[in-house]
Amino acid sequence: MKLRQISIFLENQAGRMAEVTGILGRAGVNIRAIALADTADFGIIRLIVDKTDKALEVLKNEGITVKETQVVAVEIPDRPGALAAILNILGKAGINVEYLYGFLDRVEDRAIMVFRFEDPDQALGILTKEGYQALNGSRVHSM
Amino acid sequence: MIWNQEMECLPREERRALQLYRLRRTLRRVYETIPAYRRKFDEAGVKPDDLKHLEDLQKFPFTSKDDLRDNYPFGLFAVPLKDVVRIHSSSGTTGKPVVVGYTREDVDLWAETIARTICCAGGGPDDIIQVAYGYGLFTGGLGLHYGAEKIGATVIPISGGNTKRQVMLFEDFGVTMLACTPSYSLCIAEMMDEMKVDRSKLKLKAGVFGAEPWSNSMRNEIEERMGLKAYDIYGLSEIIGPGVSSECEYQDGLHICDDHFIPEIVNPDTGEVLPEGEKGELVFTCITKQAFPTIRFRTRDISRLTTEPCRCGRTATRMERTSGRTDDMLIIRGVNVFPSQIESVLMEIEETEPHYLIVVDKRGSMDELEIRVEVREQIFSDEVRKLEELQHKIRKEIESVLGISAVVRLVEPKTIERSMGKAKRVVDRRTLENGPETGGKVS
Repeated sequence: MKLRQISIFLENQAGRMAEVTGILGRAGVNIRAIALADTADFGIIRLIVDKTDKALEVLKNEGITVKETQVVAVEIPDRPGALAAILNILGKAGINVEYLYGFLDRVEDRAIMVFRFEDPDQALGILTKEGYQALNGSRVHSM
Repeated sequence: MIWNQEMECLPREERRALQLYRLRRTLRRVYETIPAYRRKFDEAGVKPDDLKHLEDLQKFPFTSKDDLRDNYPFGLFAVPLKDVVRIHSSSGTTGKPVVVGYTREDVDLWAETIARTICCAGGGPDDIIQVAYGYGLFTGGLGLHYGAEKIGATVIPISGGNTKRQVMLFEDFGVTMLACTPSYSLCIAEMMDEMKVDRSKLKLKAGVFGAEPWSNSMRNEIEERMGLKAYDIYGLSEIIGPGVSSECEYQDGLHICDDHFIPEIVNPDTGEVLPEGEKGELVFTCITKQAFPTIRFRTRDISRLTTEPCRCGRTATRMERTSGRTDDMLIIRGVNVFPSQIESVLMEIEETEPHYLIVVDKRGSMDELEIRVEVREQIFSDEVRKLEELQHKIRKEIESVLGISAVVRLVEPKTIERSMGKAKRVVDRRTLENGPETGGKVS
């Protein structure tokens, strides 16, 4: 139930983000979710796309530093307090979240949270037990 | 222990007589057998027989690295290839590499000089010596190997890399001496920390470290972290490889095997020979080598000489630890900085050839050193924290090696210019006076 995420290293420079997303656009890669982490000097873009292999290929061809990482996508209700609830569960279980980001489902009344865990299997076990549903890869990639 | 009591402790006058005899013979030989030397001697208007005293050597022309490249690959060999039993070569970051050859006699001579080196550092037949210099075209590995075998030590030819295994063998084999580059020794020390190795259980007593410039502060760090005594050894493949000179237990300069390699110190700008004790560029002439007898080779290393006998009893000329290069040395906040030192640090951390750019600039009246490091896949983590840790680690290591602070910036691959020749590694904006930056990216 893990999901393929692409991470890209970028310098903090005007126009770089447009260049990189342009490369993906020209290759016909559609972005499902995106999150950006940045410092004064550099940033890391994290992406979930519909065609992961294609995206990795075109980015590498352009000499961009990319890495594939495994993340977990979990469905939560789209209402106040829902994120806090799931984070409480994880916190109590001592699960460390490296980072997370979210997006809304266009059709259904729910939010999808993408988590990067130190130990994704352990986290998945706990979340499933608590009644959360992790989304499988093909569903998110083709959303 | 002194390996070769007779030659290493030869009185100065006898030493000079021997040098003169060997030098005359060598000059005649290169003039007769190597057209490139004959041409250079003729152009300079000197004949081998013009050498009446050792001091006459300064009438003869220098040999530069370019001369070696121009005669690539075998143009400066003094014997036919059938008499050459070994070839070594420099890595050749600038155009053609330098190729050197050894006859069987040369290989024996080399082993002799390394035997002196290892004994100088307290080694002997009872030692177990781990040779973690690279084996191959690089002279480090095989050079140390033959010398260690010659004294009858037990040699572990592990070569460079595979750091965990290096540490494992220290423990399992009871290694007493280590031979590698100083920066690699720190890499091993780090692994020892990681593996929580109890230093007191190891038998390591000494390390012979060379092939790159290193500071006294680095020596202290190595000695403390490895739990051994760190000896500086010096050599270059154009002369023979490691084995040209080495420190004894007094660590008061490096003993040059000057019965085989005559040292001179010259003014790097004018080429004029400087009096004993003055600082300048080291120049060496091989007087016993058969296949590749280099005459007055400009090393570009800065040092000074003394012919005072050492407290250890050796009478050979001593050279001060090299304090720089005539070519790529930077002086930042009064400290000598060599791009190679920064490169070694990055190599340790990345475990592969790093791509980096050194930018020196003025912030107010202070020099500022910035190092731009390309983030390639092997060091890229998708967590900001880990990249910042990497940045911090590079900064810390560089500060400990150079003794000055540096700003480390992580940049995208290919942002640092690669030219056809030598990669441009240094941009010194202090001298450009607001001129354009030439090494960075123009986006």
